[in-house]
Amino acid sequence: MSNASPGAPLDSSNDPTGDQTGRFVIQPNGRPRPLSPHLQVWRWHVTMLASILTRITGSALYGATALIVLWLGALAFGPEAYATFVGLAGSPIGLIVWFGLTVCLMYHLAAGVRHLIWDAGAGLSPKAADTASHLSIWFGVIASVVFWAVLFASGKVTL
Amino acid sequence: MVQLTLPRGSRPTKGKVHKAPKGARNVKTYRVYRYDPEVSADPRWDEYQVSADDHGPMLLDALIHIKSTIDPTLTFRRSCREGICGSCSMNIDGRNTLACTKGWEECSGSTIAIAPLPHQPVVKDLVTDLTLFYAQYDSIKPYLQSDDADPEKERRQSPADREKLDGLYECILCACCSTSCPSYWWNQTEYLGPAALLQSYRWIADSRDDKTQDRLDDLEDPFKLYRCHTIMNCAQVCPKGLNPAKAIAETKKLMVAPGRRKQAA
Repeated sequence: MSNASPGAPLDSSNDPTGDQTGRFVIQPNGRPRPLSPHLQVWRWHVTMLASILTRITGSALYGATALIVLWLGALAFGPEAYATFVGLAGSPIGLIVWFGLTVCLMYHLAAGVRHLIWDAGAGLSPKAADTASHLSIWFGVIASVVFWAVLFASGKVTL
Repeated sequence: MVQLTLPRGSRPTKGKVHKAPKGARNVKTYRVYRYDPEVSADPRWDEYQVSADDHGPMLLDALIHIKSTIDPTLTFRRSCREGICGSCSMNIDGRNTLACTKGWEECSGSTIAIAPLPHQPVVKDLVTDLTLFYAQYDSIKPYLQSDDADPEKERRQSPADREKLDGLYECILCACCSTSCPSYWWNQTEYLGPAALLQSYRWIADSRDDKTQDRLDDLEDPFKLYRCHTIMNCAQVCPKGLNPAKAIAETKKLMVAPGRRKQAA
């Protein structure tokens, strides 16, 4: 029952085939019903932020595994390739990338623990969930700073 | 499917501004989502500047005041005005709630945005089409299924078993939770959403119901139950203070409980 107005674009959210939501019920003005605003009006909450951060950091860590494979690959290719890789990885930009990935790893670790607790059915009250979300974000940042402070202090990494 | 922006034709434009009369005190600006299915135009944000001294303490009072004194075309659902019918659920000040139990004094600023329940087809103004939401509720078989013959009087339940239904039976199906959930926004037709899942657990947890395993079988699906990613918006917004996330977690626990085996379909 295609009753979209002639000007209406046919993107996926405007596709009437098999619609179950009622968006394409015939209107007096001949247009599909508008979709009400969602992200556009939503006031964010820390648990929502923590959830999407888990997704984002998880995706970034896929990238990190690729970098580690490159590192091992460079090692297999011989001293010159390895020196090139380490040179790039140790450059200021490289260090920023590693620091970012450390934050991702530390946050994702904390978020994983949070999810383990939730999966056990505990800590699901809004208050406890807020606290756990704040804690995992702070843990991600602080643990990464401490990790890199120790690395720099050990003298193995320098700018 | 994730689409972060609104499709064309759904993006609200700037609408009319109804100014407060000169000398009005304690003026609030209500920014209200408007859509008229009779007119071929995109939705719009109308602004109503109203002295809060002229209406009662709740957002529903403000809406009724606007409808009866400024703009009779404003359309919204309401009935009980005491948080038990679930009709006036909408997005107020960025969160889903019942207009009748949300006070304007609780809102963050002097401009208060009022929109329909998020990511739903809009019938008119603040009224959304909840057909799918009710169909999902229907799909979880929201009634007692017992293997025993009907008793002469009521089906008895111990106080301890009855207590297991607290925090579940109070759900009024206002749809605040389901339409607050980004997982539900993106997978509305596959994921059942927090309200239907809380209702499902209400029967799973009921000692008098004998179809627990069948109910779990129905939910054992990559989408219906497992699209819950503990974003927790449901528990944050429930105007009755219920916790669908907790009910979903308990259902997931039962899915992997010892002795649980999916029955052949």
